[in-house]
Amino acid sequence: MELALEEREIGDWAVLAVRGEVDVYTAPRLRERLIEIISRGARRVVVDLEGVDFLDSTGLGVLVGALKRLRSNDGELDLVCTQPRIRKVFEITGLTKVFSIHESVEEATSGSGE
Amino acid sequence: MEDRTVELRIPARTELIALTRLVVSTLALTRRELDEERVDDLKLAVSEAVTNAIESYGTDVEGKAVTVFWTEQSDKLEVRIQDVGKGFDLSRLAAHPPVTDSARLQFERGLGIPLIRSLVDEALFEPSEDGTSVCLSMYCGSLSYTGDPAAL
Repeated sequence: MELALEEREIGDWAVLAVRGEVDVYTAPRLRERLIEIISRGARRVVVDLEGVDFLDSTGLGVLVGALKRLRSNDGELDLVCTQPRIRKVFEITGLTKVFSIHESVEEATSGSGE
Repeated sequence: MEDRTVELRIPARTELIALTRLVVSTLALTRRELDEERVDDLKLAVSEAVTNAIESYGTDVEGKAVTVFWTEQSDKLEVRIQDVGKGFDLSRLAAHPPVTDSARLQFERGLGIPLIRSLVDEALFEPSEDGTSVCLSMYCGSLSYTGDPAAL
Protein backbone atom coordinates (compact mmCIF):
# COMPACT_ATOMS: atom_id res chain seq x y z
CA MET A 1 0.00 0.00 0.00
CA GLU A 2 1.22 3.45 -0.86
CA LEU A 3 2.25 5.76 1.96
CA ALA A 4 0.18 8.93 2.20
CA LEU A 5 1.21 11.95 4.26
CA GLU A 6 -1.12 14.83 5.03
CA GLU A 7 -0.09 17.86 7.00
CA ARG A 8 -2.13 20.48 8.83
CA GLU A 9 -1.70 22.94 11.63
CA ILE A 10 -3.66 23.10 14.86
CA GLY A 11 -2.60 26.06 16.97
CA ASP A 12 1.17 25.85 17.23
CA TRP A 13 1.18 22.13 16.49
CA ALA A 14 2.16 20.68 13.15
CA VAL A 15 0.06 17.55 12.66
CA LEU A 16 1.22 14.92 10.19
CA ALA A 17 -1.31 12.21 9.41
CA VAL A 18 0.26 9.03 8.05
CA ARG A 19 -1.68 6.44 6.07
CA GLY A 20 -0.54 3.12 4.63
CA GLU A 21 2.47 0.98 5.42
CA VAL A 22 5.67 2.29 6.95
CA ASP A 23 8.60 0.01 6.21
CA VAL A 24 12.17 0.27 4.95
CA TYR A 25 10.87 1.20 1.48
CA THR A 26 8.45 3.95 2.51
CA ALA A 27 10.09 5.22 5.72
CA PRO A 28 12.53 7.55 3.90
CA ARG A 29 9.55 9.61 2.70
CA LEU A 30 8.29 9.94 6.24
CA ARG A 31 11.77 10.90 7.43
CA GLU A 32 12.11 13.56 4.71
CA ARG A 33 8.73 15.07 5.51
CA LEU A 34 9.46 15.24 9.23
CA ILE A 35 12.85 16.84 8.61
CA GLU A 36 11.14 19.36 6.31
CA ILE A 37 8.56 20.20 8.99
CA ILE A 38 11.23 20.60 11.65
CA SER A 39 13.44 22.64 9.30
CA ARG A 40 10.56 25.08 8.79
CA GLY A 41 10.73 25.83 12.49
CA ALA A 42 8.02 23.60 13.93
CA ARG A 43 8.77 22.71 17.53
CA ARG A 44 5.60 20.86 18.46
CA VAL A 45 4.77 18.00 16.13
CA VAL A 46 2.07 15.35 16.28
CA VAL A 47 2.36 12.26 14.10
CA ASP A 48 -1.07 10.71 13.68
CA LEU A 49 -0.65 6.95 13.11
CA GLU A 50 -4.35 6.08 13.06
CA GLY A 51 -4.28 5.37 9.33
CA VAL A 52 -1.16 3.19 9.48
CA ASP A 53 -1.67 -0.47 8.62
CA PHE A 54 1.88 -1.60 9.22
CA LEU A 55 4.88 -0.15 11.04
CA ASP A 56 8.29 -1.78 11.26
CA SER A 57 11.52 -0.98 13.10
CA THR A 58 12.63 1.38 10.34
CA GLY A 59 9.50 3.44 10.94
CA LEU A 60 10.20 3.43 14.67
CA GLY A 61 13.72 4.63 13.94
CA VAL A 62 12.39 7.54 11.88
CA LEU A 63 10.11 8.61 14.73
CA VAL A 64 12.93 8.28 17.27
CA GLY A 65 15.17 10.38 15.01
CA ALA A 66 12.55 13.11 14.72
CA LEU A 67 11.98 13.09 18.47
CA LYS A 68 15.72 13.45 19.02
CA ARG A 69 15.91 16.42 16.63
CA LEU A 70 12.97 18.15 18.24
CA ARG A 71 14.12 17.60 21.82
CA SER A 72 17.53 19.01 20.98
CA ASN A 73 15.65 22.23 20.12
CA ASP A 74 13.37 22.13 23.16
CA GLY A 75 10.60 20.77 21.00
CA GLU A 76 8.36 17.75 21.32
CA LEU A 77 6.94 15.01 19.15
CA ASP A 78 3.77 13.27 20.25
CA LEU A 79 1.97 10.38 18.62
CA VAL A 80 -1.65 9.44 18.11
CA CYS A 81 -2.09 5.69 18.11
CA THR A 82 -4.99 3.56 19.31
CA GLN A 83 -4.63 0.55 17.01
CA PRO A 84 -3.45 -2.40 19.10
CA ARG A 85 -1.36 -3.87 16.27
CA ILE A 86 0.64 -0.65 15.91
CA ARG A 87 0.74 0.22 19.57
CA LYS A 88 2.15 -3.23 20.30
CA VAL A 89 5.30 -2.39 18.33
CA PHE A 90 5.95 0.54 20.66
CA GLU A 91 5.19 -1.57 23.71
CA ILE A 92 7.55 -4.40 22.78
CA THR A 93 10.41 -2.02 22.16
CA GLY A 94 9.73 -0.01 25.32
CA LEU A 95 9.13 3.14 23.28
CA THR A 96 5.80 3.79 24.97
CA LYS A 97 7.96 5.25 27.73
CA VAL A 98 9.82 7.49 25.32
CA PHE A 99 6.90 8.92 23.33
CA SER A 100 3.72 10.56 24.56
CA ILE A 101 1.04 8.49 22.86
CA HIS A 102 -2.47 9.90 22.67
CA GLU A 103 -5.92 8.62 21.83
CA SER A 104 -6.72 11.43 19.39
CA VAL A 105 -5.23 14.45 17.65
CA GLU A 106 -7.48 16.65 19.75
CA GLU A 107 -6.07 15.16 22.92
CA ALA A 108 -2.49 15.52 21.69
CA THR A 109 -2.85 19.14 20.65
CA SER A 110 -4.68 20.13 23.81
CA GLY A 111 -1.60 19.21 25.78
CA SER A 112 -3.14 16.45 27.85
CA GLY A 113 -2.47 12.74 27.58
CA GLU A 114 -0.32 9.97 29.03
CA MET B 1 -0.07 -34.40 8.59
CA GLU B 2 2.46 -34.21 5.79
CA ASP B 3 4.84 -31.27 5.67
CA ARG B 4 4.07 -28.63 3.12
CA THR B 5 6.64 -26.13 1.97
CA VAL B 6 6.13 -23.02 -0.12
CA GLU B 7 9.18 -21.28 -1.53
CA LEU B 8 9.09 -17.60 -2.42
CA ARG B 9 12.12 -16.07 -4.09
CA ILE B 10 12.13 -12.29 -4.39
CA PRO B 11 14.69 -9.96 -5.94
CA ALA B 12 16.53 -8.00 -3.24
CA ARG B 13 14.44 -4.87 -3.62
CA THR B 14 12.80 -3.19 -0.66
CA GLU B 15 9.60 -2.39 -2.57
CA LEU B 16 8.93 -6.14 -2.71
CA ILE B 17 8.91 -6.64 1.06
CA ALA B 18 5.24 -5.63 1.11
CA LEU B 19 4.52 -8.48 -1.30
CA THR B 20 6.30 -10.91 1.02
CA ARG B 21 4.16 -9.70 3.91
CA LEU B 22 1.04 -10.22 1.85
CA VAL B 23 2.02 -13.78 0.93
CA VAL B 24 3.00 -14.70 4.49
CA SER B 25 -0.15 -13.29 6.07
CA THR B 26 -2.34 -14.93 3.44
CA LEU B 27 -0.69 -18.31 4.03
CA ALA B 28 -1.01 -17.91 7.79
CA LEU B 29 -4.68 -16.94 7.60
CA THR B 30 -5.72 -19.70 5.22
CA ARG B 31 -3.69 -22.62 6.50
CA ARG B 32 -3.82 -22.20 10.24
CA GLU B 33 -6.23 -21.09 12.87
CA LEU B 34 -3.88 -18.46 14.16
CA ASP B 35 -5.67 -15.42 15.49
CA GLU B 36 -5.21 -12.09 13.79
CA GLU B 37 -2.72 -10.82 16.35
CA ARG B 38 -0.42 -13.81 15.88
CA VAL B 39 -0.62 -13.43 12.11
CA ASP B 40 0.35 -9.77 12.50
CA ASP B 41 3.26 -10.79 14.74
CA LEU B 42 4.53 -13.30 12.19
CA LYS B 43 4.09 -10.82 9.35
CA LEU B 44 6.16 -8.18 11.15
CA ALA B 45 8.87 -10.66 12.17
CA VAL B 46 9.21 -11.95 8.59
CA SER B 47 9.25 -8.41 7.24
CA GLU B 48 12.07 -7.48 9.62
CA ALA B 49 14.07 -10.55 8.65
CA VAL B 50 13.60 -9.92 4.92
CA THR B 51 14.63 -6.29 5.44
CA ASN B 52 17.83 -7.45 7.15
CA ALA B 53 18.45 -9.96 4.36
CA ILE B 54 18.16 -7.28 1.66
CA GLU B 55 20.34 -4.88 3.66
CA SER B 56 23.00 -7.59 3.95
CA TYR B 57 23.72 -7.01 0.26
CA GLY B 58 24.45 -3.32 0.83
CA THR B 59 24.25 -1.46 -2.47
CA ASP B 60 25.24 -4.55 -4.43
CA VAL B 61 21.71 -5.84 -5.02
CA GLU B 62 21.90 -6.46 -8.77
CA GLY B 63 20.87 -10.06 -9.43
CA LYS B 64 20.59 -10.79 -5.70
CA ALA B 65 17.60 -12.44 -4.11
CA VAL B 66 16.09 -13.41 -0.79
CA THR B 67 14.33 -16.74 -0.45
CA VAL B 68 11.52 -17.34 1.99
CA PHE B 69 10.62 -20.95 2.81
CA TRP B 70 7.25 -21.48 4.42
CA THR B 71 6.84 -24.89 6.04
CA GLU B 72 3.71 -26.07 7.74
CA GLN B 73 4.12 -28.83 10.26
CA SER B 74 1.61 -30.50 12.54
CA ASP B 75 2.45 -28.36 15.56
CA LYS B 76 4.05 -25.26 14.11
CA LEU B 77 4.63 -22.92 11.24
CA GLU B 78 8.20 -22.35 10.26
CA VAL B 79 9.44 -19.51 8.06
CA ARG B 80 13.06 -19.49 6.97
CA ILE B 81 14.56 -16.42 5.36
CA GLN B 82 17.75 -17.04 3.44
CA ASP B 83 20.19 -14.63 1.85
CA VAL B 84 23.66 -15.02 0.41
CA GLY B 85 24.90 -11.65 1.61
CA LYS B 86 27.54 -10.72 4.09
CA GLY B 87 26.76 -12.39 7.40
CA PHE B 88 26.74 -10.51 10.67
CA ASP B 89 27.93 -11.13 14.18
CA LEU B 90 24.93 -11.31 16.49
CA SER B 91 27.12 -10.89 19.56
CA ARG B 92 28.27 -7.50 18.28
CA LEU B 93 24.80 -6.01 18.04
CA ALA B 94 24.66 -3.01 20.35
CA ALA B 95 22.55 -3.39 23.46
CA HIS B 96 20.04 -0.59 23.87
CA PRO B 97 20.11 1.57 27.00
CA PRO B 98 17.03 1.32 29.21
CA VAL B 99 14.05 3.27 27.93
CA THR B 100 14.37 5.62 30.90
CA ASP B 101 17.86 6.63 29.74
CA SER B 102 17.98 9.64 27.41
CA ALA B 103 20.81 7.90 25.54
CA ARG B 104 18.12 5.58 24.18
CA LEU B 105 17.34 8.20 21.56
CA GLN B 106 20.73 7.60 19.98
CA PHE B 107 19.47 4.25 18.74
CA GLU B 108 17.47 4.77 15.58
CA ARG B 109 18.44 1.38 14.24
CA GLY B 110 18.91 -2.07 15.66
CA LEU B 111 15.34 -2.57 16.83
CA GLY B 112 14.57 -5.23 14.24
CA ILE B 113 16.19 -8.28 15.83
CA PRO B 114 14.80 -7.58 19.34
CA LEU B 115 11.38 -7.22 17.71
CA ILE B 116 11.75 -10.52 15.86
CA ARG B 117 12.74 -12.30 19.06
CA SER B 118 9.71 -10.93 20.90
CA LEU B 119 7.17 -11.65 18.18
CA VAL B 120 7.72 -15.32 17.40
CA ASP B 121 8.06 -18.39 19.57
CA GLU B 122 11.52 -19.26 18.29
CA ALA B 123 14.01 -17.27 16.26
CA LEU B 124 17.21 -18.92 15.12
CA PHE B 125 19.87 -16.79 13.44
CA GLU B 126 22.57 -18.60 11.51
CA PRO B 127 24.99 -16.13 9.97
CA SER B 128 27.88 -17.50 7.94
CA GLU B 129 30.33 -16.38 5.30
CA ASP B 130 27.92 -17.65 2.67
CA GLY B 131 24.93 -15.73 3.91
CA THR B 132 22.44 -15.78 6.70
CA SER B 133 19.56 -18.07 7.48
CA VAL B 134 16.89 -16.89 9.90
CA CYS B 135 14.37 -19.46 11.01
CA LEU B 136 11.18 -18.21 12.68
CA SER B 137 8.74 -20.59 14.33
CA MET B 138 5.21 -20.13 15.58
CA TYR B 139 3.67 -22.93 17.57
CA CYS B 140 0.06 -23.62 16.82
CA GLY B 141 -0.97 -25.69 19.80
CA SER B 142 -0.55 -25.66 23.53
CA LEU B 143 2.94 -24.23 23.18
CA SER B 144 1.62 -20.86 22.06
CA TYR B 145 3.67 -17.83 22.94
CA THR B 146 2.54 -16.32 26.21
CA GLY B 147 3.66 -12.76 25.51
CA ASP B 148 6.55 -12.91 27.95
CA PRO B 149 9.83 -12.37 26.07
CA ALA B 150 11.71 -13.88 29.02
CA ALA B 151 9.95 -17.17 28.32
CA LEU B 152 11.54 -17.46 24.88
